Amino acid sequence: MTVVFQTAAFAPALITIVNECKQPSTIVKSLMNYIEPHGHMVSRTTDDYERMALAGCQAICEPAFWAGFDRASADGFYDYFRQITEYEPKRAARFGIKHFSWLCINPKEAEDTKLAEEVIGLIPQFIDKPGVLGIGEIGLNKNSRNELRIFEQHVQVAQDYDQLVLIHTPHLEDKLKGTRLIVDALKNFPKIKPERVIIDHVEEHTIDHVLDQGFWAGITLYPESKCTPNRAIDMLEHRHAERIWMNSACDWGISDPLAVPKTMQVMRQRGWTAEMIQRVAYENPVAFMGQSGKFHL
Amino acid sequence: MSDWTPPSTVNLVDLGFMDARSKLIDLAAFLDRVQRANQTDDFRVQALKNAIALLSLDQPTRAKEVLLSFSDPSTEPIEKATMQGAIGAYRG
Repeated sequence: MTVVFQTAAFAPALITIVNECKQPSTIVKSLMNYIEPHGHMVSRTTDDYERMALAGCQAICEPAFWAGFDRASADGFYDYFRQITEYEPKRAARFGIKHFSWLCINPKEAEDTKLAEEVIGLIPQFIDKPGVLGIGEIGLNKNSRNELRIFEQHVQVAQDYDQLVLIHTPHLEDKLKGTRLIVDALKNFPKIKPERVIIDHVEEHTIDHVLDQGFWAGITLYPESKCTPNRAIDMLEHRHAERIWMNSACDWGISDPLAVPKTMQVMRQRGWTAEMIQRVAYENPVAFMGQSGKFHL
Repeated sequence: MSDWTPPSTVNLVDLGFMDARSKLIDLAAFLDRVQRANQTDDFRVQALKNAIALLSLDQPTRAKEVLLSFSDPSTEPIEKATMQGAIGAYRG
């Protein structure tokens, strides 16, 4: 794996990154290529694209998600799908970053099943776009029957169009139950191969259940909820970093688009080799998303 | 992808002690604060106290056990979602 160190041409923004870190002498040595496999860039500024590029980000993958409020009609989703499949790739390209996307209606809006079914009906006209990797982030939020029904309809689309699947697991106290319901529901789709499904936002109480069933697992690095860098690394070590990626899921909320490179720095402090860091931060996302046939860097 | 190279041995206590110490004192101060305010009856405070007891376990699965203690243990979907957010502890 090629490790690219940043050059002096990026000095001003590099100083910004270094100033955000506690040990600048070591962060400079740790800059290397990485992939942000789950970032909601519609909610981030162009400055964030620049900072991610300077930190070594080669590609960003943007799952469809809840906008922070419930959209009134499927027309809003049509425009949103155009935004993440047409506009965001251009914004990312200004900084040499490849941009890919996933399509769905997020489970937070699945309780309105009429709206959800209309949005699912929009997906086929976008699915052949060059940067679309699959169906996601689908899943559950409060573990309701309607959420489960809409989740299964999404999985059916993935099965019908032979797409990869990216799954969101619920937050906090709902995560354990939701993860179990999701894994059980997937067993009803025999053509969906576990190695083509990633179940995201795992934590210590759900990661083994996901990986032991043959799925990929995503670890989300959030300042408050979800996972800290050290907890993520603990899980990576426990599972030997196999079939796992880590992401920032940066969105409208309190989140850090540089969470992945900052965690790579903590890995270095904890004695990880550069090769193993690159496996988690670069090679694993490439291995999973490469199955789409569209993930070209 | 199965060739795992374990990290070299580093002093994890050096790396993490001050951070863990700080978080523990913050937790203690939080419990003092809610007690002075007579808010210890809140189910979330009780959930926190139940989770704290799990830190005394001998096996290196404390994080998992704490997360499980906060989790909804039921297995059937609910009829309808009445809220979109999560609280952090199962009310029961």
